[in-house]
Amino acid sequence: MSDIAAGGVPAPAPGAASRRAPIITTGPVAWVRANLFNNWLSTAVTLLLAYLIVRWTLGFIDWAFVNAVWSVPIVNGQAQTAACREIKGVGACWAVVTEKHRFILFGTYPFDEHWRPALVCLLFVALYVVSAMRRFWSWVLVPIWIGTLTLIGVLMWGGILGLTYVPQERWGGLPITLILATFGLAFAFPLAVLVALGRRSRLPAIKMLCILYVELIRGVPLISLLFMASVMFPLFLPEGMNIDKLLRAQVAMILFAAAYLAEVVRGGLQALPKGQYEAADALGLSYWQKTGFIILPQALRLVIPPLVNTFIGFFKDTSLVLIIGIFDLLTAGKTAIVEPAWQGFGVEVYVTIGVIYLVFCFAMSKYSQDLERDLNAHRRR
Amino acid sequence: MSSSATDPRLAGAGPPKRPLRLSWSDERVRGIVWQVLVVGIVLFIGWWLWSNTVHNLEVRRIATGFGFLDREAGLPIGESLIPYEPTDTYLTALTVGVLNTLKVAIIGIVLATILGTVVGIARLSKNWLLSKIAGFYVEVIRDLPLLLQLLFWYTILQALPGPRQAINPIEGVFLSNRGMKLPFIEWTAAHWWALLAMVAGIGLTVLYARVMRARQYADGQPRKVWPAAIALILGLPLAVWAAFGAPFTPDIPALRGFNFRGGITVSPEFFALLIGLVTYTAGFIAEVVRAGILSVSQGQWEAAEALGMRRGEILRKIVMPQALRVIIPPLTSNYLNLTKNSSLAVAIGYQDIVSIANTTLNQTGQAIEGIAIIMLVYLTISLSISLFMNWYNSKIALVER
Repeated sequence: MSDIAAGGVPAPAPGAASRRAPIITTGPVAWVRANLFNNWLSTAVTLLLAYLIVRWTLGFIDWAFVNAVWSVPIVNGQAQTAACREIKGVGACWAVVTEKHRFILFGTYPFDEHWRPALVCLLFVALYVVSAMRRFWSWVLVPIWIGTLTLIGVLMWGGILGLTYVPQERWGGLPITLILATFGLAFAFPLAVLVALGRRSRLPAIKMLCILYVELIRGVPLISLLFMASVMFPLFLPEGMNIDKLLRAQVAMILFAAAYLAEVVRGGLQALPKGQYEAADALGLSYWQKTGFIILPQALRLVIPPLVNTFIGFFKDTSLVLIIGIFDLLTAGKTAIVEPAWQGFGVEVYVTIGVIYLVFCFAMSKYSQDLERDLNAHRRR
Repeated sequence: MSSSATDPRLAGAGPPKRPLRLSWSDERVRGIVWQVLVVGIVLFIGWWLWSNTVHNLEVRRIATGFGFLDREAGLPIGESLIPYEPTDTYLTALTVGVLNTLKVAIIGIVLATILGTVVGIARLSKNWLLSKIAGFYVEVIRDLPLLLQLLFWYTILQALPGPRQAINPIEGVFLSNRGMKLPFIEWTAAHWWALLAMVAGIGLTVLYARVMRARQYADGQPRKVWPAAIALILGLPLAVWAAFGAPFTPDIPALRGFNFRGGITVSPEFFALLIGLVTYTAGFIAEVVRAGILSVSQGQWEAAEALGMRRGEILRKIVMPQALRVIIPPLTSNYLNLTKNSSLAVAIGYQDIVSIANTTLNQTGQAIEGIAIIMLVYLTISLSISLFMNWYNSKIALVER
């Protein structure tokens, strides 16, 4: 008897209750228990949310797919939307998107020439993709940008190379949104860097000018600047000189974006250790050498994530030109449902436009998160 | 020793002043030249634009000055916080616009803060489903233009049935394409006094909490504030109301003919603007709150847990006071954004200051004055919010020794 006890596991005392196995801490069951049903409150929240998700998802699928109408017959150029009106509230009328998608995307651009704005949109996307790749982050980008933007101008206007001329009044839809955003950023960014440098300058007059500019612009809504561009700007110019509305709006948007970007860049300049400035001074570099070779490359790298966030905000803000009647993507969508036959199907159109904005903004925000992770790789342990 | 006190080289701080040399290699000369140049260019552009404007105004026979403010506006305004008729002056109309802007901004800021904080905390929840849903909400709402969201909500509200088929979720609440109708009470002097008593009660509660805090610091014993708070904030107004004879006449909206009578109305424009602003800004505030809570080190949670505090209590007493220091500055800029974004009201026809000033400048043709008014109003509001939040920020900032 004694040799058994010494050899291994002590035998349970006679009469002791058998214990339960320990709670599992790994595997799917344990994960569910820890993350979904941790306590009674968590369980209640999980059940309630699960119920709502299932219910709303089923409702959405019913509305968007099961009961939806995808196309309607066209008689004598008039869309017969009776089928859509019947299912209103129960099913989506995607027919409005099927019917109007060319108008929403390209506005009043001549129908036969729609391949040109379509190509322009692809060029823009290619430009973004190339600019986002880190291997191209050098002076190579400057000729790429100038070349692509010129090509875009040629495609939109035409008039040469056998392309028919299309006046700017007939442009519309997605290309306008991309033009406003891209040209806006291309001009606002250098201006922002200058203003940020000016705001940290030791020259009092320049510093005051920059502060005044940034604070004034940031204190007023973008709409007031756009109104200024559309109704006040013509008064500023000498008689006979006229600038078209799109360009005026573009200038307002550049001035607006530059003020916000300047604050982001200033954050980067401030975050840089003072030693970098002093070391550059000690080397005897001039102000512009110091700024161009030492300060900006480091400061801009520090603020890439907030810069991309500002880009996203600016991309969304281009939709505000709707208020002064410029034909961007959102305006085209809003105009598409003015036609009596399609009145009341705004939800479907806005959902479609929302998806387009979502794709662009989500790509940018995902990219900014990845970039932040990569750039901070050396800081993590 | 005595020589150092009289040494002229040490008199005055910093390097000795060199005389200004009139040479391009002198840094100060270059600085002065650049400044004169830049200021000169800016002044020249300003003068050029100004002279063009004056000339154009003369040619087009556009009046200048703010004389139009005293003239009859003749523009109808749907909702107003002060009595207004179309026969009133432009000044009154613009005041109505400013009040409408402030109304939507203040209600929006309060609701967006609440929703944003809830979503931000939900995103950090240990419940996987809850945190994922909160994350999904934040990602989607921040990636859609606010204007698109406003148009979307407005379209949905307009697609509601007419007053006769109004949706009636609870007794007395009606949702139709004319807006939302809510029951209310007939407002009398007694209610004003009760409201005043409530304000006084809040003030007294703050004082009481301060005294109790001082006592706690003196002897270390925590004291309950909430019984007194309830008595002062709820009890006092109720007592005042009862002293006036407790007037209570419910004003429940009811369908009369083609529209509702009674109750209070929330117009579809205001409702759409409020939903849009609140849900959009809450997405940003949620991220601010989340970043703030994450900025408090894990050790603070663990130390508080070791003291035996519950999770909610830790959040309220340990983490939030520290997180607020990180939260307040970005929260301020979100409040400013909400206020500026309320100007998008013009797209869905809510008559805020931008909308009314825009109509004014279309009627009078005085574009410069109209836009100057819009800018001035927003600059004033922005500055006030900044000042208030900076004051609050300095109050809760860490006092370092």
